[in-house]
Amino acid sequence: MTTPIIETRNLHKWYSGVHALKGVSLKVERGQALGLVGDNGAGKSTLINILSGLHRQDDGEVLVEGQQTDIRNPKDAMGLGIETIYQYNSMVPLMSISRNVFIGREPLKWSIGGFGILDEKKMREDSVKAIADVDLHLRSPDALVGELSGGQRQGVAIARAMHFKSKVMILDEPTNHLSVKETAKVIGFVKGLKAQGVTSIFISHNMHHVFACCDRIVAMALGQIVLDKPVSETSIEEVSEKL
Amino acid sequence: MRRLFKLSLQKPELAGALLLLVLVIVFQIRSDYVFLSVNNIRGILGLLPETALVALGVTLLMICGEFDLSVGSVFALMPMTMAVLVVGGWPFWLAVGAGLLVCAFIGFLNGWITIRFDIPSFITTLGMMFMARSLTVVVSGGFPPRIRPGEVPSWIFAGFVDDGGLIRASVLWFIGIAVLISLLLSKTNFGNWVRATGGFMPAAAAMGIPTGKVKIACFMICSVLAGFAGMIQSLRLNSFLPSIGEGMELQAVAAAVIGGTALAGGVGSIIGGLIGATLIRVIDNGMVMSQVDANWFKFAIGALTIFAVVGNAWLRRRGRAMKVETDK
Ligand SMILES: Nc1ncnc2c1ncn2[C@@H]1O[C@H](COP(=O)(O)OP(=O)(O)OP(=O)(O)O)[C@@H](O)[C@H]1O
Ligand SMILES: [Mg+2]
Repeated sequence: MTTPIIETRNLHKWYSGVHALKGVSLKVERGQALGLVGDNGAGKSTLINILSGLHRQDDGEVLVEGQQTDIRNPKDAMGLGIETIYQYNSMVPLMSISRNVFIGREPLKWSIGGFGILDEKKMREDSVKAIADVDLHLRSPDALVGELSGGQRQGVAIARAMHFKSKVMILDEPTNHLSVKETAKVIGFVKGLKAQGVTSIFISHNMHHVFACCDRIVAMALGQIVLDKPVSETSIEEVSEKL
Repeated sequence: MRRLFKLSLQKPELAGALLLLVLVIVFQIRSDYVFLSVNNIRGILGLLPETALVALGVTLLMICGEFDLSVGSVFALMPMTMAVLVVGGWPFWLAVGAGLLVCAFIGFLNGWITIRFDIPSFITTLGMMFMARSLTVVVSGGFPPRIRPGEVPSWIFAGFVDDGGLIRASVLWFIGIAVLISLLLSKTNFGNWVRATGGFMPAAAAMGIPTGKVKIACFMICSVLAGFAGMIQSLRLNSFLPSIGEGMELQAVAAAVIGGTALAGGVGSIIGGLIGATLIRVIDNGMVMSQVDANWFKFAIGALTIFAVVGNAWLRRRGRAMKVETDK
């Protein structure tokens, strides 16, 4: 068996009294599409926020490709190839698509000590290419993200993650509040990830979506993993019962 | 029409520029054609770089999503510190450097307290406004320091650069600094972080931008510019008074807002702040020149500010209603 791309060992997290994670151990295999389900407050977001560097665990370990790692902030996570897509948090509406794609990772013509002049041409060209690569067709990289529909926005977020060669893509309820049509589009993007060999962790409240695009289901309840099976060996009924 | 909307959405300073043009024409006619005379333009150009430098810093900070009400006090504190040091025997340039360092430190404190304790910068800088003003009086010791004309090289900042006596060095300083800040905002990665931080902080933070540091940097730039502007004014008038710059903070916010900067952050431009500041100076001067009771000045600025915010909010709502089409 190969080393898991991400492994957590006995993760604990407290939020001022709330024990949100109670010893979560999980192995995510390379290339896998993992569906993470659970009721509101089960701890799904808490778990993935630790992996994406937004929060830190109070106890337990995270291993990336077998190496014990300390993910202190989102930069660390991105440096390890872990990209996260949130329902709301990942785009600045009043900035253009090309600027959004490169927030925090701008290509520079020249720089001193990390500060420098933007290579706007490269930003535009690369974002056009990145967006086309996920089969999204937008007229111009200069359009403001705020002018995009929810589904298009998630498409751009996924394109951004792909552009930066993400190894693991975490999607936390990326289809929340989207129309049926837009949701289908996002599900399409997620399915596309597998074809490109990207490992993904997909969180959704909609079992049908999870079953449609994942090959393994992990269910959480009250801060613990209560079920972990390949899709082929379980059913929506069984998972729902556990929650 | 659609295009017009989009344009005014992307360039919110356009409306201000248009208004400026109209006002200049109106004042020119109403003042029996002395508004655009050399003498009057000289008057406007004397004060403009000082207001505009403060407005510039405040605009940058507002784009980053924060406020600074202490700029008026810092405007007075910097020249006072410098003058007291010069009188105390310090070389001029060292005193200037020390004064600017004091400003940078105040900016740092404004930012650090705001971020560290997660409180509105409105409050932090309101407190700083009183503290810095008080410090200015204390530093002066109750007696405004006197510097003999010619004792310090004021001309570098405030002397006329042309033979006609129209343009002061301060105008050139201002242009240079405005171009720099404008480039910083639009052409560098730091500028991208500023816009992202002010535009939607959770996204900026999730993408790994050190939002706290970005904000503190903007607070510092804002304070230093305000202090620098105060120094220019004091050197121009060759008087160092603890009372200068009162009300400056609100004029600066008004200038930024009139120039299209959003109160919520993320939107705005340096040229907008400049247009806003110019509008304020032009209205001030134009009203006097056309013999309108000067007491209407604040009324006009106030009304214009409200109008600008309402107009921009309306534009943005309209803008949000329009989606880009995909060709799929
Ligand atoms: N920042 C926080 N501060 C305090 N408590 C928190 C915080 N974030 C989460 N919690 C608590 O931790 C528990 C787990 O929350 P979490 O957001 O991980 O759940 P979730 O499974 O993502 O739920 P949902 O499906 O509603 O998104 C909940 O009880 C929640 O109230
Ligand atoms: Mg959640």
